[in-house]
Amino acid sequence: MNEQETIAAVLERHNHDGTRLMQILRETQEALGWLAPETITAISKGIGWPRAKVEGTAAFYSFFHLRPRGKYCVLWSDNITDRMLGNRELMQRLCEKLWLEPGRLSEDGLVFVNTTSCTGMCDQGPALLVNYRAVTRMTIDRVDEMAELIRNQVPLAEWPAEWFRVEDNIRRKDALLDHGLVPGEALAAAFARGPQALIEEIKASGLRGRGGAGFSTGLKWEYCRAAPGEAHYVVCNADEGEPGTFKDRVLLTSYADLVFEGMTLAGYAVGAQKGLMYLRGEYRYLKEALESVLARRRSEGLLGRRILDQDFDFDIEIHLGAGAYVCGEESALIESLEGKPGRPRIRPPFPVTCGYLNQPTAVNNVETLAAACLVAAKGGAWYAKLGTAKSAGTKLLSVSGDVERPGIYEYPFGVSVRQVLEDAGAKNCVQGVQVSGPSGVTLSANELERRICFEDIPTAGAFMVFDCTRDMFEVARNFAHFFAHESCGFCTPCRVGTQVVARLMDKLATNHGSPYDIDELFKMHRLMQGASHCGLGNSACNPIFDTLTKFRPAYEKRLKSLDYEPAFDLDAALSQARQMTGRDDAAAHLLNVE
Amino acid sequence: MSDQNTFLLDGEEIAFTPGQTIMQAARAAGKYIPHLCWHPEFKPHGSCKLCTVKVNGRFASACTTAAAAGLEVENRTAELDDKRRTMLQLLFIEGNHFCPSCEKSGNCLLQATAYELEMLTPHFDHFYPDRPVDASHPDVMLDFNRCILCSLCVQASELVDKKCVFVMGGRGMKGRKIIINSESGRLADTDFSVDDRAASICPVGVILKKRVGFAVPYGQRTYDKAPVSIVETEAAK
Amino acid sequence: MSEKKKLRVATTSLAGCFGCHMSFLDIDERLIDLLELIEFDRTPLTDIKHCGPCDLGIIEGGVCNAENVHVLREFRKNCKVLIAMGACAVNGGLPAQRNHLDLRDILEVVYETEGSLAKGAHIPNDPELPLPLNKVHPIHEVVKVDYFLPGCPPSGDAIWKFLTDLIAGRTPHLGHGLLHYD
Repeated sequence: MNEQETIAAVLERHNHDGTRLMQILRETQEALGWLAPETITAISKGIGWPRAKVEGTAAFYSFFHLRPRGKYCVLWSDNITDRMLGNRELMQRLCEKLWLEPGRLSEDGLVFVNTTSCTGMCDQGPALLVNYRAVTRMTIDRVDEMAELIRNQVPLAEWPAEWFRVEDNIRRKDALLDHGLVPGEALAAAFARGPQALIEEIKASGLRGRGGAGFSTGLKWEYCRAAPGEAHYVVCNADEGEPGTFKDRVLLTSYADLVFEGMTLAGYAVGAQKGLMYLRGEYRYLKEALESVLARRRSEGLLGRRILDQDFDFDIEIHLGAGAYVCGEESALIESLEGKPGRPRIRPPFPVTCGYLNQPTAVNNVETLAAACLVAAKGGAWYAKLGTAKSAGTKLLSVSGDVERPGIYEYPFGVSVRQVLEDAGAKNCVQGVQVSGPSGVTLSANELERRICFEDIPTAGAFMVFDCTRDMFEVARNFAHFFAHESCGFCTPCRVGTQVVARLMDKLATNHGSPYDIDELFKMHRLMQGASHCGLGNSACNPIFDTLTKFRPAYEKRLKSLDYEPAFDLDAALSQARQMTGRDDAAAHLLNVE
Repeated sequence: MSDQNTFLLDGEEIAFTPGQTIMQAARAAGKYIPHLCWHPEFKPHGSCKLCTVKVNGRFASACTTAAAAGLEVENRTAELDDKRRTMLQLLFIEGNHFCPSCEKSGNCLLQATAYELEMLTPHFDHFYPDRPVDASHPDVMLDFNRCILCSLCVQASELVDKKCVFVMGGRGMKGRKIIINSESGRLADTDFSVDDRAASICPVGVILKKRVGFAVPYGQRTYDKAPVSIVETEAAK
Repeated sequence: MSEKKKLRVATTSLAGCFGCHMSFLDIDERLIDLLELIEFDRTPLTDIKHCGPCDLGIIEGGVCNAENVHVLREFRKNCKVLIAMGACAVNGGLPAQRNHLDLRDILEVVYETEGSLAKGAHIPNDPELPLPLNKVHPIHEVVKVDYFLPGCPPSGDAIWKFLTDLIAGRTPHLGHGLLHYD
């Protein structure tokens, strides 16, 4: 098939439907390697959109390439947990072996190496993506072998299968992971009650959204059901992008039936016939397995027409994201589902009344949907007894960092941070714990009695542990760069603010900082928290504020002087002129401080 | 007028009609709320955040927040103007805003708003990005060094001109930009016309008509004659 | 009653065009009133070569080479209050328009490309000449600056208002008409 035929086939498969642009771009790129200008033009003609809109979407996502990316694209997961496991040194080694610089295509156009935001393998890092397939547990030996495989242009299919093995690492099971349900059991119970009663049951259970915000699931479904529209939709938010979180990956790997059944329950409750799962691009490798679970459920009468012989039709489709953390925000996710850049919408209206294709849409987290099955099957009253007064049920925690047994831990809400650390085997002395990822909260060793629940520390599930050998400043700096990279760029405070913060942190890191710079960081925190358009900008300075407040010495020890310091290296700023003139006399140098 | 349809803006009662935003109601009442990406002819974009106000103690964009009875809205307080000044500084260091050589100087909303809020310095270190100038079109030139990403040209081209010559794409400070609707990326290769609404909507000096730049000399331009707060409230009458 | 002590003021132009200094002279006969309140240290007007301890330092121009850095530091070290005067000092101004170009490319085009300087010219390497920095910087990116007076140049009236406010102990305030970036 030539390029035009490839593009035509992709367009045909998606009915020339522009709202499916994300899938069209991905499938085209998987076939052609990158998205050339004429490819963008052909796609725009095929879907009848202005060309600039297609390019605008493609340019938004990290995993779409408007320039050639070579035959091998190696992206190292760059979460702080990967760093702690030595990813930077390994990447450097790979680059040296391949004679290239990170972020630049090799001269022969063969290979591209760079970093990417957390790929959700923190319990088995250092991790990377090679041509968007997940690789775990990188070592020096694997790097050397990988360089050979790339140099010899060995196809990915012939690489060691062991590299692509992803472990569940389930360490503690509770009500959800020990659910004991068979496929269809929760649905049958729901059908026996009817949709309205199902919603009442969910409300009675006290189930709250597991993505971190904690909105009542029952109320969300009720509002969505009541909202007028031509069609209603259910969306499963499987864009698990918060660095340090990987519990949805495990649910989708080993509990996919439960998740899909939860989506079906939601569809029944809100009156939807279609469900969409938005799966993050980093989990591309899960797609085929998930498709086969969907196929089996269809053949078992659990999806499709007349589910379990009831007057209820519902089916599910999987959409892949393409590397954009902000799409975890539900309205940005919906924009992406519609083929647009993942820019959070102005709210209100909320998705429950005006969501996907401007229709009422219930967007729920993977874990929430799985938990809904428990409520449907075992009853709201039973579920409400688990956990604490305002946080019913259990919570999956993704534990990583300095612990003996990283992995998935399920606890009833209310568990103390200290308990989790003991169970996971925290190494050495604990210095800090980052709960709920960079946008969450940084805890110091003084706060280990605090509890995981909406009354105290709400969380989407990340739990990263730092022992006393770690540098908490570097933790915050890693997060600052993460936000600068992931800001969608829509609003001024977040777009420019995250860059200013990252630059200030770099200034401190290179020992050019002064107390003025610390004041600047606080100032940016005050501006961005409140003035930003969405949660990303509003929480982007949380780790800076928390570490400045709780780990101040980590910053102070980097201050060079109490005087104002330039942000740039003055002597380095003369480097080009020195090179061009060949001068190296005393006057051809500058000290940063006199 | 019913007492129910009023809210407080800096302690002053402002009447509104249901469906109006705080921005619209304030403007109709002759009150100035600083803004850059908002334009009375277009739907609110809500991106510049210059119109950030405090509604019942919480930050909100005046251009996207519906006016409602009994709201207490803070606008020109020291706290809010300070935040606005910081956001202006962020915009100035993000792009390359060199007023002395810009033919929009004096008619520029960014500059005028910075005067209004007494911004004396960009304060932060400049990013000095490398951004292109597109002089390919016979009648209009584009200088993206001055773009503040307000999207007014995007709306004007799509909704008024029905063309989509300009589209906002890309991500983050380093990626987000106006994308021109042609494979070459050149304005000359689009169906753009100097008579388009989009040709005269830019609040800063990106979209400039050729050969008319200095028809009115510096010193005699819109915001030379009166500050933006006066110009805006006069225009609303 | 003893005479009130005059404020000691130093001024200089770094990467600027001296336009701000010219504009300073545009305060015309008010200069005589001003000289009742201030006395000059290092400035192009006095030809004093090095700055001594001062109350006010006024800097025109941005930082484009190593010498600019030394002069700016001398001012910062000696002046209690430092003022950035004019567009170049405030945001780099005209000289900073080279910042999107690579300095190596600029030097090459100017000195080593046919059609530029006379044949046989080379990039000057005399140690007497200060080396240019990779980028031009506003002065606040190199030292702490206390006040900013924008304009290209700021008008004589703006300079007068600014200085009289400051000398009288008020935070300078430029209203509409005096605050200009162009």
